[in-house]
Order: sequence, then C-alpha cells, then structure tokens
Amino acid sequence: MFKWRLATNSWRGLKISFLTLFLLLACASVALAGDPSGNTTGGINDIAAATAGQPTLAEVAAQVGKNKIGINFVWTLITGFLVFFMQAGFALVETGFTRAKNAAHTMAMNLMVFLVGAIGYYLVGFAFEFGGVGALSALGGTAPLTQELAVNGWGLLGHSAFFLSSGGSYDVGVFTLFLFQMVFMDTAVTIPTGAMAERVKFSAVVIGTFFIAMILYPIFGNWVWGGGWLAQLGSKLGLGHGVVDFAGSGVVHAIGGSAALASALVLGPRLGKYGKDGKINVFPGHDIPMAILGTIILFFGWFGFNPGSTLAGTDLRISVVAVNTMMAGAVGGFTAMMTMWLIFKKPDPSMMANGTLAGLVAITAPSAFVSASSAVIIGAIAGALVITSVLFVDRKLKIDDPVGAISVHMVNGIWGIIATGIFADGTYGDGLNGVTGSVSGLLYGNPGQFLAQLIDVGVILIWGFGLSFFFFKLLHATWGMRVKPEDELAGLDIPEMGMLAYPDHLLRTESESE
Amino acid sequence: MQKIEAIIRPGKLNEITEALADAGVLGITVSNVLGCGRQKGHTQVYRGQEVQIRLLPKVKLEIACLETQSEQIVEVITRLARTGQVGDGKIFITPVQESIRIRTGERGETAL
Repeated sequence: MFKWRLATNSWRGLKISFLTLFLLLACASVALAGDPSGNTTGGINDIAAATAGQPTLAEVAAQVGKNKIGINFVWTLITGFLVFFMQAGFALVETGFTRAKNAAHTMAMNLMVFLVGAIGYYLVGFAFEFGGVGALSALGGTAPLTQELAVNGWGLLGHSAFFLSSGGSYDVGVFTLFLFQMVFMDTAVTIPTGAMAERVKFSAVVIGTFFIAMILYPIFGNWVWGGGWLAQLGSKLGLGHGVVDFAGSGVVHAIGGSAALASALVLGPRLGKYGKDGKINVFPGHDIPMAILGTIILFFGWFGFNPGSTLAGTDLRISVVAVNTMMAGAVGGFTAMMTMWLIFKKPDPSMMANGTLAGLVAITAPSAFVSASSAVIIGAIAGALVITSVLFVDRKLKIDDPVGAISVHMVNGIWGIIATGIFADGTYGDGLNGVTGSVSGLLYGNPGQFLAQLIDVGVILIWGFGLSFFFFKLLHATWGMRVKPEDELAGLDIPEMGMLAYPDHLLRTESESE
Repeated sequence: MQKIEAIIRPGKLNEITEALADAGVLGITVSNVLGCGRQKGHTQVYRGQEVQIRLLPKVKLEIACLETQSEQIVEVITRLARTGQVGDGKIFITPVQESIRIRTGERGETAL
C-alpha cells in the first residue's frame, strides 16, 4: 500500500513539472522576425518573371490564367473529396436501416463498391464516358479527350484515356476530371446495395459493380455529359439545350436507382417480409442514430456533389448551386417529417432521412438553373413524393427495398430531371451543349427543353432499368445472386464475410433467447 | 431459503435496488427480459407500416433470501414498483433447496 502511494505521488510530481514547463514555454516572448499579420507575404516577387520583381504584362497575364485554372483544380478536387466522403454516408444509412445480423455484410458492400468501381472505371468506364468530351475550358482544355464514336454525327461512346494512359491522357486536367467523375460513378454503384441488402451474395455485388462501373453508368453518362446524343438534342434538333442534368439526378441517381429496382425485383423480398396472407411484416433497422448520422454526412457531401459540378471555383454560380442544394434538402426532409407526423402521428426519423435525401436527389439536376423559391418547391414535392413512393413500392408492388433506395434515387432522380425542364429560369448555362443562350424551362416558355428532359426519362427507363434488369436476370440464372435461405435467416455476417459486426451483441442475444 | 423473482417496469429498477440495499439485501441478479401479460402490447408505425408489439421490455430481479426477510423485500418492491396501471409486473416466491458459495464451497443459509 505504501509503495503504491509513493509511486502515485512521484508520477503526480512529474505531471506538475511538465505542465509548468509547458506554461513557461508558452509565455516566452518571440522575436518578431516573421510576418504574423500576413501583410508582406505574397506580392510582385511571387510572379514568375524573366526579371525578378518586374514582370511584363504577358507574364502577369500568364500568372492570372494559371491562378484561374489552379482555383478550378483545387475546387474540383476538394469537392471530389467531399463526394468521396458520401460513401461513408451511404454505408451508415444502409447499415442503420438493416438488421444487426447483417451489419458487417452491408457495411463491407459499401466499401467494396468503391474498390471495385475504381478499378472498373479506371480500366474502361472513364474512357467510355469522357473519352470524347472534348476540351473542358474550366480545367485548362483537356486536349486528349477527343475520341467519340458517332453515327451520323450522334455521339454514342467515348474511346480515349483507357487506364488513364491511352491517347496522351497522362495529363493534369484529365486526372482532375477522372477523380471527380470516379467518385460520382461510385455514388451510382452504391445505390443498389441498399435495395439488395440482407439477402444478396457478396460475390454477385462484386460482379454487378463491375457491370455498372464499366458499362451501365459510363455509356449513359457519355450520352448526357460526354457530348453524346442526348446532349446533342439541342444543337441538332433544337430541343432547348438538349438534355440538361447539372450534377446527375438522372445520370447518377436515376440510373443507380433503376439498377436498384431491377436488382430488388430479380432478388425477390427478404424471407418473411411478405406473408402468404398478404400481410406485410416489418424488419426495423437496428441503428437509427447511425442512419441519421449517415444522412447528415450525405448532406455534407452534397455540397461537393452539386457546387463541384461547375468544375470551376471561378464560376461564381457556385453560391446559387450551394444554396439551392441546402434549401431543397432541408425542405424535402421537413415535408416528409410533417407528412408522417400528420398521417402516422409521429415524425418517423427514417422518413425524415429519406425525405432529406429525396430533396437533395431532386435538386441535383436543376441546382444550377433555378431560383431559390423553385428549389424550395422542388424539395417539397420530393419530400411528399418519397413517402408516397415508399408506401407504394412496399404495399402495392411488394418489392422489398429495405432502405428506400428506389424511392429516393430513382423516383426523385426522375423528378429532378423533369423539374429542370419546368423551373429553369434562364439565368445560367449560356453555351451549354453547344447551344447559345441560357437554359430555360416550361414555366419560362421553353417546351423544347421540357421535351428533351422527358426523352431523358424515357431513355433512363429503357437503358437504366431495362439493361440492368436483363443483366441481373442473367447473373441470377448463371452465377446466382441470392444466399442460401438458412444463411439469410442466421444473418449474412458469418456465412458470407466470416466475421460478425457485433460479436458481443450476438453472444448476449443468443443467451437471452435460449 | 427462498428465491424472489420480481418482474418490474424498467424505469423502476434504480429506485428499487437502492431501497433493497438499504434494507440489507446484499445480492441481486438483474436481467432485461421481454414478456406479455394483461398489459398486452401496443402498435407502432415503422416507415408507414403498422407493427404489433406483443412482447414488452421488462426487468427481472432475482433475490435469494431467508424466509424471515422475504416479506420485507416483497413490501419494498410492491411499494416502489406500483403505479396502479396495468403492466406494473409480478412477484413470484419459490423455495430454494440448496445454495452454495462457489468461492468457498459453503452450503446452506451461510452461503446466501
């Protein structure tokens, strides 16, 4: 006892000495040789010039151009990093809304899709999507991306920059675009995992991810963003600016959501979800706080997703995009919350989360082209739409979508595309898709633009749903997409992944139930 | 020797264990349990879908004691666990044949 107390006392003495030393050091006066106010750091001497300190006008102009592109690079990369972080949001939302016995499986799928998606997109996805996009002036003119396969001038498929090396694509601008577009594709591949959760084979999701990352997503992306035929509907047929999808309500969310619908249809519902007597059983999510945290992380990431899609920090429209994103997400969540409160007497947290995400998905396409009041209306409709859709999918269609991926991403992605064609107010988008003048929608007297958006919706249904349904049917018939029933009942963590998400938790519930 | 099993509302646990400690009860085993009785269940709504919750969460106390102590323990539990509403819980008393302290191997009443 005495020895122990002695040891404690000497350790306490040591801690006091350290603290004293630290305080003394902190108080010591510093010699003012540096530039603490920042007044003299940076100036004419920092401009590269033949004669230091006396740059010519051309040298100053060169520096200004460099700065502009530098700002755009930094903006695009940092917003891309934010979009990458949305992967964490998806993982938390999907895992929180599903059961504890599958948590390691659901969580791991959300990491895996990024790993697999990055490889698939690097191999061919990026080349198919952006190989023929042409020079992007915001990124300094991505010169090597000029190979587009076209029929009668209608672009179908890019084919340069395979594995970021073919066709001179080892280029800073191309790499910036690749990073940003890869994380966008990643968002699309992670959407179906929520609809397939708790019953899908991990290996089937690996194969499905390669398909989405290499074929389904990039080819459609080429048609809208890579200079393909949907973007050309304006310049060739006079339908407004052609299909306009600023940050991907259609390209990313409706395509990912269509794949979610197709995969959930092919897989069938979780065992016991729909009783023989038509009774709908509920499998409550195991961690609502996790799902809410995921929703907030996704919202944060969306500030990269939409404003970053200018690819230019020097395009001052970014403030409008950011505020529209903020308002539509907030109003979407609010509308869903109030609707649930009125109808079901409680502000259901899971529907608040779905409503918030629905508002964000819906504003993704129109975010750069509409006013704040339009963003509020778009978000409000999205919040009501997502509840209607979740109930319809669950009760009428009896398609089992544990997290609401179909309703959030497909239904509201399509709403976002249509909303762009209605609410675009003619203040932005001059020169977009090779059409002069700014983008305006139905309410601003441009039915052509609205028609282009409707064509986009039709193509999403045929390409996004049709092709992925065919693919998943084929995969199910050959490889098999569904786990064994006994594994599904026991939980997928051990049979599929070899380890439990919560070993202690399971030990306790087992001993309680036996 | 007797064993008292009391099934109570979860929110009453702290108050009761404190009062029992004051009354000289040394050992209590507590578990989270699910069960149903006259309270029946209630209906929840999850994502717009009604869920019938039949089993409600309760807390079970197990106390081994001498016959002479049991009435006092029952009095403490009933007094503190009672709200007067359906769902306050139940107490069961059963005789205990033998008790053994694992550490020493003592048996009988001294092992309590």
